[in-house]
Amino acid sequence: MMKHLLSVGDLSRGEALLILDTAAELAQVGDRSVKKFPTLRGRTVVNLFYEDSTRTRTSFELAAKRLSADVINFSAKGSSVSKGESLKDTALTLQAMGADGVVIRHSASGAAHRLANWVDGSVLNAGDGTHEHPTQALLDAFTMRDRLGTLEGLRVAIVGDILHSRVARSNVLLLTTLGAHVTLVAPPTLLPVSVDTWSCEVSYDLDEVLPTSDVVMMLRVQAERMRDSFFPSVREYSRNYGLDGERLARMPENALVMHPGPMVRGMEVSAEVADSPRCTVTEQVANGVSLRMAVLYLLLGGS
Amino acid sequence: MPDHAHAPFLIRGARPLGGDPVDLLLRNGTIVEVAPDIDAPEEAQTLDADGLIALPGLVDLHTHLREPGREDAETVLTGSRSAAMGGYTAVHAMANTDPVADTAGVVEQVWRLGRKAGYCDVRPVGAVTVGLAGEQLAEIGAMADSAAAVRVFSDDGVCVSDALLMRRALEYVKTFDGVIAQHAQEPRLTEGAQMNEGCVSDRLGLPGWPAVAEEAIIARDCLLAQHVDSRLHVCHVSTKGSVDIIRWAKERGCAVTAEVTPHHLLLTEDLVESYDPIYKVNPPLRTEEDVRALREGLADGTIDIVATDHAPHPVEAKETEWSTAAMGMVGLETALAVVQHTMVDTGLLTWSQVAERMSTVPARIGDVDGHGGTLVEGEPANVVLYDPADPTDVDGPAMVTKSSNTPFRGMTLPGRVRATFLRGTPTVLEGRIK
Repeated sequence: MMKHLLSVGDLSRGEALLILDTAAELAQVGDRSVKKFPTLRGRTVVNLFYEDSTRTRTSFELAAKRLSADVINFSAKGSSVSKGESLKDTALTLQAMGADGVVIRHSASGAAHRLANWVDGSVLNAGDGTHEHPTQALLDAFTMRDRLGTLEGLRVAIVGDILHSRVARSNVLLLTTLGAHVTLVAPPTLLPVSVDTWSCEVSYDLDEVLPTSDVVMMLRVQAERMRDSFFPSVREYSRNYGLDGERLARMPENALVMHPGPMVRGMEVSAEVADSPRCTVTEQVANGVSLRMAVLYLLLGGS
Repeated sequence: MPDHAHAPFLIRGARPLGGDPVDLLLRNGTIVEVAPDIDAPEEAQTLDADGLIALPGLVDLHTHLREPGREDAETVLTGSRSAAMGGYTAVHAMANTDPVADTAGVVEQVWRLGRKAGYCDVRPVGAVTVGLAGEQLAEIGAMADSAAAVRVFSDDGVCVSDALLMRRALEYVKTFDGVIAQHAQEPRLTEGAQMNEGCVSDRLGLPGWPAVAEEAIIARDCLLAQHVDSRLHVCHVSTKGSVDIIRWAKERGCAVTAEVTPHHLLLTEDLVESYDPIYKVNPPLRTEEDVRALREGLADGTIDIVATDHAPHPVEAKETEWSTAAMGMVGLETALAVVQHTMVDTGLLTWSQVAERMSTVPARIGDVDGHGGTLVEGEPANVVLYDPADPTDVDGPAMVTKSSNTPFRGMTLPGRVRATFLRGTPTVLEGRIK
């Protein structure tokens, strides 16, 4: 197993499947009354969060604790980071404290790569800028496989602000590795200019893609993108790319609606869709803990 | 400071402009004789230059010396020592200092610091607009009339994006045959830009700096310069499209000149995959296809000169995450070796053409007296001796510049400067700074 998890692009098919299988085993623990493993006892995991993300941080914290690791939450606010300490100096500080693993969330693309140069322990990328969010893609794949039985040949549409989405980048890479077919759906303004070189299909027309999709993954679209002329109005965006009950009805019967959260109801998904049993948002959250346990276990448990 | 009171120098067996070996006698700041087997005057110091290429002292049209304001990165003294190490005898100090070089006072200060250092002629570049803010013209005339006699004006680091202001600047410098050196970057198309826009930026999730943002400004400026019949110089051309546009503009008679940096002749955006900001620069590293077009453009004369865009930064400005890191690379000490590697060893340029592109033409564009000669008798003795067969490992911290942010670190370049003479005074001897 690799030392760091910086990009899902670094994972072979075998490694990705090992993570998913390990997560599946660990998920059964979540059903027991005593949820803890002693695997990472005496080891230290630091959650280094430069961006607010209660959801992801809590998920990693819970995962590490269920493996009996000592967890330190190091948030950018209220620490020396907000006094201007550089990422490198923070890294050296954590290093001196003996961190075995550092989970980093940062607004700068590549921050996890940089950190890996400066610490001896394992670095887990918990989202870096608009680059990647590997554990999100892994938990998404886990959820799809859990619900639909397989990833091979699965048709997955990812809809929304692809350009600014680390979730989309990680999902395209991972799903392709695992044999699924991805179609990105967005207006051209929200797609990278070189998207035609990516290992996926592209469509500007959600209605054309829906009837043949096994999974539709809706991405959050920030309303402030409108000010930068990525689309003319929230209403026009929602009309063309929002998922409502009517569109849901045109999807295959077993097709899933996924969302990495936090959802903007009324923008990319209607309340009706968000509350539908085909929407896996809370399942994704639950699976996130098992998946992150698997990653921590595989990266840190070996030695 | 180099010792300016010295004996004559007899250079034995150097190859001027890459030609046949010959001796050169330098005395009282002048090349007094160029001939085979010169009898050594008694007091002369003899320098064995067997196998070395002799070129006129190099002239850089684009150097950041950082003083005043960022003396932690470079000073006029350390930067001009670095220039001498690279074979330069004249450099143009860019205006984006703090305070900005937008008044006669600041340009005269930089000019005086250069004279005091004594390692090369420091020619200040004046800002086009007050504070590089792009709103109103700086006192261009006062800077031209000052002791620094500024002839090149640039807001480098920032584009003069206002078309009307650019037109006025181009017109205004005609009074003294000055030139506007434009940093071509359409600002709205490059907000937050971090690297070349394309496959790599899309994969890495870094906001892109599209080629069109450079090309659109170059096209506009060429048309403007021709309309008002003035001189335009385009800084650090980095894309294939820019080369095409400049070629077209020259064909239709526009008085445009252009420069390319050593790093854009050699490096590509693939290096950014490491997220190491040592490769962060503005304009950004581009694609293999762009590099090819830049080399061809420099070879056929579409691009007139090589300029370093030497941009020193302290370590902490680069040891950080990509998006917060400073843009720029040091380049004075590696420029000639990179040009040999990319242009001479590839058969694209002769040494004589290298002399034109790194000395003669930049001296002409910048209106620099006494530089850019052809190493004939009677010229000021501005000479560099270069060993093209001395492979050298690039090591940032070992460089003379105060900073060490070289993108060529770890590479082996084919040659090195052995000696530099500024008006007969050695500023570098035996590969060491004096």
